[in-house]
Amino acid sequence: MSLEQSDVENIAHLARLAVSPEELEGVAGDLSNILTLVEQMNAVDTGGVVPMAHPLHMAQRLREDSVTESDQRDHFQAIAPETEAGLYLVPKVIE
Amino acid sequence: MQWETVIGLEIHTQLATRSKIFSGASTAFGAEPNTQACAVDLGLPGVLPVLNREAVVMAVKFSAAIGAELARRSVFARKNYFYPDLPKGYQISQFELPIVGRGAVEILLEDGSRRTIGVTRAHLEEDAGKSLHEDFHGLSGIDLNRAGTPLLEIVSEPDMRSAREAVAYARKIHQIVRYTGISDGNMQEGSFRCDANVSIRRPGGELGTRAELKNINSFRFLERAINFEIERQIDVLESGGKVVQETRLYDPDKDETRSMRSKEEANDYRYFPDPDLLPLEIDEAFIAAAIADLPELPDVRRARFVTEYGLGEMDAAQLTASREMADYYEAVAKAAGDARLAATWVMGALAGALNRDGLDVTASPLSAQRLGGLLARIADNTISGKIAKQVFESMWAGEASADQIIDQQGLRQITDSGAIAGIVDQVLSDNAQQVESYRQAEPPKRAKMLGFFVGQVMKLSKGKANPAQVNELLKERLES
Repeated sequence: MSLEQSDVENIAHLARLAVSPEELEGVAGDLSNILTLVEQMNAVDTGGVVPMAHPLHMAQRLREDSVTESDQRDHFQAIAPETEAGLYLVPKVIE
Repeated sequence: MQWETVIGLEIHTQLATRSKIFSGASTAFGAEPNTQACAVDLGLPGVLPVLNREAVVMAVKFSAAIGAELARRSVFARKNYFYPDLPKGYQISQFELPIVGRGAVEILLEDGSRRTIGVTRAHLEEDAGKSLHEDFHGLSGIDLNRAGTPLLEIVSEPDMRSAREAVAYARKIHQIVRYTGISDGNMQEGSFRCDANVSIRRPGGELGTRAELKNINSFRFLERAINFEIERQIDVLESGGKVVQETRLYDPDKDETRSMRSKEEANDYRYFPDPDLLPLEIDEAFIAAAIADLPELPDVRRARFVTEYGLGEMDAAQLTASREMADYYEAVAKAAGDARLAATWVMGALAGALNRDGLDVTASPLSAQRLGGLLARIADNTISGKIAKQVFESMWAGEASADQIIDQQGLRQITDSGAIAGIVDQVLSDNAQQVESYRQAEPPKRAKMLGFFVGQVMKLSKGKANPAQVNELLKERLES
């Protein structure tokens, strides 16, 4: 399976990655090679294998439902580019 | 031309945990912006999510309440998209292996008919923060207090055929999450949000293209939004156009839906299992402990009200609409010693007074014990139903018990036949003319005329004479 340059452009946009037009061809080739490798693995019969959701053979540990965090807003907002009235300010987004 | 509507709902219900689904920050509503957003909620580098046990317990409860399949193993996945109120650039959700699988709920419609609506799945996920678009010098403000709040997203099958059915289903889910205590269901605060997928088709034909309606935060708006959308799609199709698959926002002020004009790629979320979280595995002991304190569920309680108290199905449904109302009713019925009288008063005078004063039953100034005490006095003939209304108002406004008010205001019903006879004779001698015409009237007309005398006796006795005795005595005197 090979990726078109337009596929790469689309994926890059979704991931907010800046891929220059000069890089497109190379990236498309690299990604296509990865997909080819996956295709080879597809040939293996995995009928009896449970899909792996995590490489560790362990289950999720749970924490008790209690509030353990205190307000550290000033601390966190000290590194924010812009804040006002306790809010983080960002470029205008409206649908 | 005939069209059939097909509706499926996605309901996001906020779980009533104290802390967030993956962090120890508080979920309390109404805090100052960003004072309940910790490093995990902010998606700062190096932080790791740790799953809240109680959120899992609540999902298990919901699963049991709707008789759904419960996955012993479920997996958290990342749903990737960029928006400023989602600091990590992905939402932790469940995709291929959700915790709750297929289930169903039964809805009872206003005409008494029932329908079963399938639940496809329900999965655990985190909420995003809130964007405020008021003008901050051309910028948007972001409050991340809500980021990481646990949600259970409940997805229905496209089983509903009208806005009314959709509302009945949404109310049913709301009722279940409130009964089981897994959510406060507060729609104003966003604890219970509905998205509706609406399409139309020829009856029995292929499914049509659907529009997704968002931003619906009341049952009334849900009904109006769906009805608007159905009309809009019919207009589009009947004028030769095509329905476009898109997300539409409901605007309650204009009572219309309008396109959000989202870009096509907006739905390409590139889900993958979250490597920060191990698969969630729950065993039988965990499940047993989770459902040990499940209360009697609404459908079961409604059926019991019908058999145990002899109530009609719709009355039983109304009285079990919320757990608090059902508890209140049962306490009244017990104190009154008459379950049907209790039903009449709880749905009538009490509901009316609560509605008038804009109160929830939990805030009723009249406790179930006090109301039951009043009804017991109707049941044992101490007062008439009419006088009871008067006592009810006094009780609503004050602290006194029914017995205190009855004694203080001298409202005890007159059942002494000698006393009633005295009043009856007084009325008959004051109204000799009417007595004469009664005696000359044809029997069919007399019934109506008797009402006049009853009214006079009640007036003279200040409503306290026992009506049954008054009737009997009047007839006896008039027809002798």
